[in-house]
Amino acid sequence: MIAALLSLTILGLTLGLMLGIAGKLLAVEADSGIAALEALLPGTNCGQCGFPGCSGAATAIAEGRSSPACCPPGGKAVAQALAEKMGVSLDLSSVADAGPKLARVAEDLCIGCCRCLKTCPTDAIVGASKQIHNVLKEACTGCEACASHCPTEAIQIVPTPVTLPHWVMPRPLPA
Amino acid sequence: MGLMEKFFGLSWGIHPEDHKRPAADAVTRVMPTPERLYISLAQHLGAPALPTVLVGQKVKKGDRLANPQGPVSAALHAPASGLVVAIGEIPAPHPSGLPVLAVTLESDGLDAWADDLEGCDAPFDLEPDEISRRVAAAGVVGMGGATFPSALKLSSSRKAGIRTLIMNGGECEPYLSCDDRLMRDKADVIVDGIRLMLHATGAQAALVGIEDNKPEAIAAMRLAAAPYGEVSVRPLPARYPMGSEKQLILVLTGQETPAGRLPADVGVAVHNVGTAKAVSDAIRLGRPLVSRLLTINGGAVGRPGNLLAPVGALVEDVIAFAGGLKEPPARLIMGGPMMGLSLPHARVPVIKGTSGILAFSAAETNDRAQEACIRCASCVRACPIGLLPLEMARHVEAGDLKGAVRIGLKDCIACGCCAYVCPAHIPLVQYFSHAKGALAAEDRAKLRAEAVKKLAQARSTRLAQEAREKAELAARRKAERAAAAKAARETAGTVEQSGTEPAAGSAST
Repeated sequence: MIAALLSLTILGLTLGLMLGIAGKLLAVEADSGIAALEALLPGTNCGQCGFPGCSGAATAIAEGRSSPACCPPGGKAVAQALAEKMGVSLDLSSVADAGPKLARVAEDLCIGCCRCLKTCPTDAIVGASKQIHNVLKEACTGCEACASHCPTEAIQIVPTPVTLPHWVMPRPLPA
Repeated sequence: MGLMEKFFGLSWGIHPEDHKRPAADAVTRVMPTPERLYISLAQHLGAPALPTVLVGQKVKKGDRLANPQGPVSAALHAPASGLVVAIGEIPAPHPSGLPVLAVTLESDGLDAWADDLEGCDAPFDLEPDEISRRVAAAGVVGMGGATFPSALKLSSSRKAGIRTLIMNGGECEPYLSCDDRLMRDKADVIVDGIRLMLHATGAQAALVGIEDNKPEAIAAMRLAAAPYGEVSVRPLPARYPMGSEKQLILVLTGQETPAGRLPADVGVAVHNVGTAKAVSDAIRLGRPLVSRLLTINGGAVGRPGNLLAPVGALVEDVIAFAGGLKEPPARLIMGGPMMGLSLPHARVPVIKGTSGILAFSAAETNDRAQEACIRCASCVRACPIGLLPLEMARHVEAGDLKGAVRIGLKDCIACGCCAYVCPAHIPLVQYFSHAKGALAAEDRAKLRAEAVKKLAQARSTRLAQEAREKAELAARRKAERAAAAKAARETAGTVEQSGTEPAAGSAST
């Protein structure tokens, strides 16, 4: 019996020691997760969340100062991805998401002042001085950064129009 | 094929009443060209075609109207001679009724073919790649309904080194009989097309699968294929969805195509028999795909049957030619009743993939209220892929698309067997169509977000660089100004010195 006790004790101690050493040697540096959260955000630094850019928002979410639902251009999809990353449950019904939006320039109002295109975080507005500006649909995130800079209120934020290749069959109504 | 299937017959699929006759037995009619044709630019899988004609241009039948755009796309040709009167949006033949770009052609009533059509009397002397090129030039797409560009399928089959060509003459959808009719009327042209496709792909043998509810088509095809050992006709048990690519391969070759893989991975390629006819026409006569055989059927149709209609004819013109409607249709469908698209109205054009136009009476649509799932698993037995439709629908209903994908949503072929057999009338396949669309939209949004992020990063690096360059320029200017000032001071100094020297000199003299 003593032999059994002894051998098991020695075995336990050796294995424990090895585990301890391995734990120290192969330790993974704790990832703050802020970078991972920032990767989920749109990255346009539009500032609608009230924090200085997307990295600021990521820090605030990681520190619990802000809800994962703070990003208006990201909508429900981004809010859900952030909540999953943070491991918190989120009531998505509170997230205002009217679907993707686009900026549109009313051509009869645009005076070609170039103010909007300087504020666009994704260079989605093209134009030149005293020329009517236009929005590149593929690049616009609908972040609304340009709308407030227009002196003639020529920029409207409209829902992205549904086109044939982008149409999704509606979900059947439950019984 | 599994042991169970060998001994107990096929366990998957359904056996709906086929309603193919009397339409299948009626003689094929040829629809005259209507006054106006609307040729949709997006009537094939892939990128829409790019118009090459201008408004006001006169074209002849078979002239090129639009070029393919990108690798997966197809050319479009004029289905009649006449005048291009508009290039703009028209309602698409689609349940959404959203607009699609189209070329509107006003027929001059002459139906004169173009003079420069390049036919070939000895097509088997052509290089295989030349056949693919001519098939692409003729704008041939898969005629079964999926409308995948055929030339691309031929050339990629050749690259993949496929051994067997499978010709789909199953036509398992109820009500449709256009492939049946085509095989009865044009068996020799189809066999010629099959041999051309064998030549183009390098495959050794072609198996023509035809359901055994079409004995006339089987007899006609056997007769036409008799002189050619490489083409063999194989009767199949009538069962829906026998015409589905993976099911047809399983039954004809005994090979199962793995999930998420292509038929080429098991050494076969599947084409519709209608595609073979289009290939033969394209190579032998040089005629592009501008018309197709389609079935007009359903309880509300005056004279059901098959007719050759030009691509771009409005559905309402086709219905009018086929004898009009007996009653206002309860539902209008393009394609088959199982997988076809329900149309919002009849002012939409026929496209290359239109295998049928069905106008159903209220009795045929049989709309019933949905009830709760009783977990009878009828859908599980019916699913040809072996999925769990009831579980997948639960996930989709709860908005858990990832959960649905985990249990096989991506392998669903949307055949509709599950919804057909459901005793609780749950629209199962509609759930899956919705989920697939929503997943595609999510993927698009993800790609877009990545692209936009790159744009934002490019902008911030550009702004930083501009600021740095500005600062450097300012620093350089400052240095230059300082240097200039210094130089000015120095020259002033030397001038002063040189100015004082003569004075000093003059003073000394």
